[in-house]
Amino acid sequence: MKAHPEISPPRWATRLLSWYCKPDLLEDLQGDLNEYFARNVEEKGVRQARLIYIIDVLKFFRLYTVRKPEFLNLLIHWIMIGSYIRTSGRNIVRNKLFSAINIIGLAISMSVGLLLIAMLMDLFAYDKFHEKHERIYRVKSKYTFNNKSDHGFMATTSLKAARAIDESVTGVEDIAILHRDFSGDVTFGEQKIPLRGFWANEGMFKVFSFQLLQGNPLTALKAPFSIVLTEKSALKIFGEINVLGKTVILHRGDKPEQNREYTITGIMKDVPVFSHIKFDMLGSLSTREVTEAENKQEMKWDNIWHAWTYLLLPEETSVEELEKSFAKLSGKEDMTVPLTHIELALQPMDDIMTGEDLGNQIGTTMGDTVVRIFSILSFIVVLSACLNYTNLSIARSFRRSREVGIRKAIGALKSHVINQFLIESVIISLLALVFSFGLFLLIKPHFLGMEKSLLELLVLDLSPVLVVTFILFAILVGVLAGIFPALFFSRINAVKVLKNLSAIPVLKGVTVRKVMIVFQYCISIIAITATLIIQKQYKHYLAYDLGFTTENILNVSLQGNKAELLKKELAELPEVRGISQSVLITSIGNYWGTMMKNPHDPLDSVGVNYNMIDENYLPLHDHKLLAGRNFKGSAGKTEESEVIVNMEILKHFNIAGQDPEKAIGEVIRVDRKDLTIIGVMKNFNYGRADDGNGRNNKVVMRYVPEQAQWLNVKINSTDWLETYSKIENIWKKIDPVHPLEAKFYEEQIAQTFQGMKASMKVGSFLAFLIICIASIGLLGMVVYSTETRLREVSIRKVFGADEMRLLFILSRGFLLLLIIAAAIGLPVTYLFFEAVFLPEIANHAPIGFFEMFVGFVTVMGLALLMIVTQTLKVARTNPAEDLRGD
Amino acid sequence: MKGTNLGEFEEIVLLTIAALVSDAYSVAICDELEKSIGRPAKLGVVHAVLNRLEEKGYVKSKLGEATKTRGGKRKRYYTVTNGGKAALIKVREVRDQLWNRIPELTLKKA
Repeated sequence: MKAHPEISPPRWATRLLSWYCKPDLLEDLQGDLNEYFARNVEEKGVRQARLIYIIDVLKFFRLYTVRKPEFLNLLIHWIMIGSYIRTSGRNIVRNKLFSAINIIGLAISMSVGLLLIAMLMDLFAYDKFHEKHERIYRVKSKYTFNNKSDHGFMATTSLKAARAIDESVTGVEDIAILHRDFSGDVTFGEQKIPLRGFWANEGMFKVFSFQLLQGNPLTALKAPFSIVLTEKSALKIFGEINVLGKTVILHRGDKPEQNREYTITGIMKDVPVFSHIKFDMLGSLSTREVTEAENKQEMKWDNIWHAWTYLLLPEETSVEELEKSFAKLSGKEDMTVPLTHIELALQPMDDIMTGEDLGNQIGTTMGDTVVRIFSILSFIVVLSACLNYTNLSIARSFRRSREVGIRKAIGALKSHVINQFLIESVIISLLALVFSFGLFLLIKPHFLGMEKSLLELLVLDLSPVLVVTFILFAILVGVLAGIFPALFFSRINAVKVLKNLSAIPVLKGVTVRKVMIVFQYCISIIAITATLIIQKQYKHYLAYDLGFTTENILNVSLQGNKAELLKKELAELPEVRGISQSVLITSIGNYWGTMMKNPHDPLDSVGVNYNMIDENYLPLHDHKLLAGRNFKGSAGKTEESEVIVNMEILKHFNIAGQDPEKAIGEVIRVDRKDLTIIGVMKNFNYGRADDGNGRNNKVVMRYVPEQAQWLNVKINSTDWLETYSKIENIWKKIDPVHPLEAKFYEEQIAQTFQGMKASMKVGSFLAFLIICIASIGLLGMVVYSTETRLREVSIRKVFGADEMRLLFILSRGFLLLLIIAAAIGLPVTYLFFEAVFLPEIANHAPIGFFEMFVGFVTVMGLALLMIVTQTLKVARTNPAEDLRGD
Repeated sequence: MKGTNLGEFEEIVLLTIAALVSDAYSVAICDELEKSIGRPAKLGVVHAVLNRLEEKGYVKSKLGEATKTRGGKRKRYYTVTNGGKAALIKVREVRDQLWNRIPELTLKKA
């Protein structure tokens, strides 16, 4: 009976109206709106008419039109909740397999969601402890030289800019300037504690809400040579915090002018965890006006790399206005440095943690890229788990529809059925939350340990707010997963269902689901295979033959201590087999370079890599000499006169016709010194195992033991822990200030490939995740199709088909899907690694048959297991059971 | 019980209903109002007033026959009750009294 069947008002608006409107007002209202709509269609066109209709519907939402909540209905819902929970519980228990798979699937994907929530909570908690955090802005700078601009802004500014803003720009309430590198060993009497911090001006405590326990916040950082310690630092040095006015010496180097006396003018509360600025102490910026008075760079306009400037702006300040005055300032100051332009801009402090990825951050930040990628990833994972739940529940509709039919026949409304199914899915998602919470606790340390910066940034501590958010998240997931099954079941026609089961609307979108399954399996195969390939690379690099041995060598960083003393003490340990010294550890990504003159062409100098070693270094590391001899030990400091070169040097400069024997005795000029070649060593990997140069770096070994920064200690021990603690004890005797920094060579190598390890972890977790989700999707499909084919199977059985045959018939379709998935996934992975990824990294291991097929076989095995168990269940049913009813 | 006094707009709407006699339903009232006061009357406002008038007992309504023009929805016709009529007469009396007391009312140039 529609007047204009072709032009009708938007359906959802009509529905909305009939939902909220009192029944006795509804008809008239609808009629009026229809009449106006028809009028408007003629006068103003369909679009405008629809818009007016919608606005009118919304405008009619008034006190007198709105339907009062029907208490009876609410009461029924309330009474029935108990019943819903009970039936849901029964259903969950009855279908243990389904429930388990659903719960596990949701749990796994939800754990990613929990991780994201916890991470976002942490990130958004950053810097909120500052009372005026909304009004604090950081000045950032962009460097342009000769019209060539840097890619992005730096978080730092020049001191000059900071001072100029302070003096000449209006509309700034307060300014805090921090300058890097106020660090060193704080010495008081016998105590010597290494601490780090910043130089800061007196605005520090006005802009930020760091609390001073002692001292005057307004003046603490005013006078030169003032120092403010955190509570923790003060306790470390003095064991108490009532130390105002005492003086300490900051030891920053060996020269006397690097060690100055500072007066303690303040003790502040420790820096909160969620502060993007972290420090142990602050020194007054005015100190630098004294110490750096001669330094011409200090106040230069283009020296934008060392200071951070934070502004506290009054309530109503226009950022644009301020940036305009910055532009004026730049215009003036650019004159002082030729060809340079520095652009200044503002960044709200609340954006620092999660915003733009700037260079030169004051501490570690997350940046929006990571947050965005992670959010999208978790959204996809959670959504696909929800979709699977939906699929699976609808696939099982044959079982549940009779129940729904009976419920409806005895008077359940649509909304009751919807409620029931929503409650069921929420219960399942809450159960999943319990598991995913466990999973969350389990993966948390792995996640944080993936990268050092994550450990510094995030705490992921549980708080009541976080737990509540988790529960809300679980409920949301439950509703999201359950809404479609609920709507589906609520539409079931009771009479039809009770009369004939096959009257249920047959599921649409089977093709879509097949595509989804192929896609999911494809991704899981890719993820597994990629992880295995990366793992192979990782292992390959760890076991890589560098051309010398790294086995059982503990590298101890000297940290400025005298090598001789430590060496003597260590040598007395029975486990120590030998000690050598070097200035750097090779093959872990350290490159030290100097210039060497070409002996055949005095004008040609070439960069060569070097290491400074003692006479024990080469034998200890098993470096092979091709000719000549090792260095001879010499007592005391001598002039550098001898050198050992590798074959590459002979080859590159064509020394002595590249004959190692003849090269002995030749004199080469390295680092402006004439050195005699006393030995020629075999080439080795000076750089990392994945360095493109491989063993072809030109390396000279120089004999300068007194320059050593590392001791290489060869250890033969059965109890590593004990040996390590022995070494630690010796270290403490020699250097009580700094903790021992010692690592096994192999550990150091492993550390340089940490990125690979992290991506392996992420990859395997992702693979696990996707497989779980894909399995659930597949299971839904298998169950759906076997249950719909139950009658076919029964008839086949009556006619004598055996189980194997049935199994084949039922699983054929799925096998095809899996094979398609593999046929796409494997070549894609192979091509990606072979053509894109591996050529980028040098000295890689080839992709083997093993890696390519393990993933495939595992995924196939899992999928087959599921198909076979489900189809077998159907194939084994007694045909009489099913056919009897007809 | 709400107050029983008649607002200015309510009065106009009530009069319109009375004037339209047997054809007084929301849209018609709106159109008529637009004609008489010369500015568009919003449907939502008119509806709210009709609802209030009914609550106060000045009008009563009943649903008419279904017609094709309104998407099959019936119109709600309003008629002025005796109470409504009394209220209208009372308002008019008050005004008349006041008018009578004014000796002369013409627009003069100041």
